[in-house]
Amino acid sequence: MPTLLPIDTLLIAASAWLAIGLLGLLAPRNSRFIATTLFPLGALVGMLVGFIALFSLGGSPQTAVLAIGLPDLPFHLRLDNLSAVFAMLVGFVAVGISIYAAGYFRQDEGTAPGLLCFEYHVFLASMLLVLLADDAYAFMVAWESMALSSFFLVTTNHQHAEIRRAGFLYLLIAHVGAIAILLSFGVMTANSGDFTFAGMRAQQLSPFWASVAFLLALAGFGAKAGLVPLHVWLPEAHPAAPSPVSALMSGVMLKTAIYGLLRVSFDLLHTTLWWWGVVALAVGLVTALFGVLYATVQSDMKRLLAYSSIENIGLLAVGTGLALIFHSYRMESLAALALTAVFYHCLAHAGFKSLLFLCTGSVLHATKERSLGKLGGLIHRMPWVAWLALVGVIASAGLPPLSGFVSEWLLLQSFLFSPGLPHSWLNMVVPVAAAVVALVAALAGFAMVKFHGIIFLGQMRDPSLKDAHDAGSWEKAGLVWLALLTLLLGILPSAVILRIDAATRQLLGQGLAERIGEQGWWMLAPISPERASYEPMLFLATIAASVLLGRWLVRRLYHGRMRRTTAWDCGYYFQGPRAQDTAEGFSQPIRRIFEPMFRMERHFPSARDSKPYYTVKVEDHFWHWLYLPTARLLGWVSDLITHIQGGRIAVYLTYSFFTLILLLLVARP
Amino acid sequence: MNNAVPLSAQLINLFASVILLLAFAMLAQRRVLQLINLFALQGLALGLSTVVAAVTTGQSHLYWSAGLTLVLKALLLPWILHRLVRRLHVKGEIESLINIPTTMLVGIGLVIIAFNVALPISQLSHTITRGTLGIALAVVMLAFLMMITRTKAIPQVVGFLAMENGLFLAATSATYGMPMVVELGIALDVLVGAIILGVFFFQIREQFDSLDIHHMERLKDN
Repeated sequence: MPTLLPIDTLLIAASAWLAIGLLGLLAPRNSRFIATTLFPLGALVGMLVGFIALFSLGGSPQTAVLAIGLPDLPFHLRLDNLSAVFAMLVGFVAVGISIYAAGYFRQDEGTAPGLLCFEYHVFLASMLLVLLADDAYAFMVAWESMALSSFFLVTTNHQHAEIRRAGFLYLLIAHVGAIAILLSFGVMTANSGDFTFAGMRAQQLSPFWASVAFLLALAGFGAKAGLVPLHVWLPEAHPAAPSPVSALMSGVMLKTAIYGLLRVSFDLLHTTLWWWGVVALAVGLVTALFGVLYATVQSDMKRLLAYSSIENIGLLAVGTGLALIFHSYRMESLAALALTAVFYHCLAHAGFKSLLFLCTGSVLHATKERSLGKLGGLIHRMPWVAWLALVGVIASAGLPPLSGFVSEWLLLQSFLFSPGLPHSWLNMVVPVAAAVVALVAALAGFAMVKFHGIIFLGQMRDPSLKDAHDAGSWEKAGLVWLALLTLLLGILPSAVILRIDAATRQLLGQGLAERIGEQGWWMLAPISPERASYEPMLFLATIAASVLLGRWLVRRLYHGRMRRTTAWDCGYYFQGPRAQDTAEGFSQPIRRIFEPMFRMERHFPSARDSKPYYTVKVEDHFWHWLYLPTARLLGWVSDLITHIQGGRIAVYLTYSFFTLILLLLVARP
Repeated sequence: MNNAVPLSAQLINLFASVILLLAFAMLAQRRVLQLINLFALQGLALGLSTVVAAVTTGQSHLYWSAGLTLVLKALLLPWILHRLVRRLHVKGEIESLINIPTTMLVGIGLVIIAFNVALPISQLSHTITRGTLGIALAVVMLAFLMMITRTKAIPQVVGFLAMENGLFLAATSATYGMPMVVELGIALDVLVGAIILGVFFFQIREQFDSLDIHHMERLKDN
């Protein structure tokens, strides 16, 4: 009897997701069945995927051939350590989001629940297949079904014109990216006609063509991930999509793009040139800085998170670039450090960003409001969501003892070794990049304080918020799962790195396991304990102890002598919740300091206005620098081409007639 | 096969030249019903030439194609077109974009080009009908020219069908016909095409009160 290999189990899991989706189509309007049976079943499958991938880490690659698709062009599939890390991410994060989705989707979402269930599970299955694909054909089929299913999910509420517009923008950029990826695969097959990844690995490309393939892959996967300047779809699509879909897209789908970039640059291409890393590093830095600056000035909570995702993708590109630079100089142990930071940040970001997007979903359902300016004080009405969001916020701000700190710390650690690079320019310029990364981390903290503070703390800015209710039990369960993942990633870094080390080892031939394995599980010292180490448990214990001590001291010293009264109002007559710091006001210093980075339209009230008002609209420079000129150029070209299409059949026939005669004369034997 | 009976080769060449002559006649014809009759005659000549080729070479499938051609192109399609014309009441003059003498001159130029192009190909072939390849190509091009110069929908369809006649002639002259499956398929396509176009005529008439395809320029989307 043949044993069931992990890759077979993962294939069965993908088919199970597809089957669950089809079941949803059978009962498209039965939202009870879909919510209480199908989505939890999907979560179970996700759990299976996560654990299978986790236990397959460290094993040797397994392959399978599926005879579906075109004749003579079967799907080649392969499960190696790189795919396993990302499959683990897909599985575990999908668990939380599916449980949450069971409580989230309602009848009134625009698309019927059954159809939504189908699209959702096709999306999950295609993401898993992207990771397993071992030839360009299977990869592109899975990649495109991922793009299409997520497009339909984004346009769930397709009654609104701006949501259709956001979906179209997403689809457009996704396809521009897909073309670049396809061309990149085309270059890597080097005319051999062999579209399997094994065939591409066997090719020896010249440096020029290898660079072309790398740049195309960077552009193509960058479009999906949201690297500047192809990021514009993210802030449009995320607010448009229902929150579980935003969570899935931001937390999981963006990571498949990082997977693709790593697969091409470390696995399929043999040669690595140092300037590839510099390009990825530079693009990543610009993306991270741009994303975090725009995140700080947003007034819509989901747009804020979307820009924060752009920032995190930028950090991932920075890490990838750094790993490429070290790899090109054969400094594999340092490359392993940077690459581990990338893997870790993928896992961490998938956890906390899904958590935060789901929290916005609960707030949205409770208040019907996305604008930060009308929220506030929700911690009194939604304590569960508020405290769980705090977990995500702390991780996202990169504070210990949660997951975001570990990955950013690893990334900065690897930067500290860049002076050892044998290149006179690089070892001076790269440390500057480390400073930018530090700035980004600080600004991310600012954006997250704004996010949590304005939504959950203070007083309610709108009287209608009094009716807000906490999340339901399914939603709470999903949030708790993701918060637990974030916490575990934060306090058990050594254990996690020991597991994902197999992927680093596969790509670079070296990992961190020896050095980390020597130390205990409580400590993380990627280079040596003398140089730098991080003990998450110590942090956790210190923070917990000081909080408890502070609380005890306050209780002890002030017990019974607390009085409640109105705060000193500086002589202002009006004192109400609307007098609190607004989302715009909170980020005003950032807008002022980084003024050239924004395109702002402001309206200031004059002293004599009877009804004074103030507005500020922050727009993306790239719309005006890149997208609108491109659109105008395309419009102009297509106007020119329309002249050929006159609408007269005789003219059309003449075109073919002259083509025929010309071909006959040219092709004369 | 090379010492072919001269009489049969001469007969085939005769029929082929009749087909070419009819193609020119169709190009010059101003009346719709006459045009359809000419098309029927062309089908008849095509069928007869195929019969001669079949008798000479003894290839049984050529009999089938000859029968198919006679039934379909000499009888069935002209009958359908006649009915269409009567139902639609479009007798009378056909307007042409270019005047008839100029069209004929262009046609002569096309025939020269076609012969010139076909010459090296027919030298490769060893069939007794090989001399007619140039004629076949010329018929295709003349039919194409007719489609371009006519403004009404029915003459355009006749042009389309005549083009198929030319292709059929090319197939028999170069290789003694295409495989039976292909030939049946094409015959069916032509028949279905003619029927669908017939339906379209009614729709076009209903929409524009005329069969002048000039009106369809409005369909272009701006």
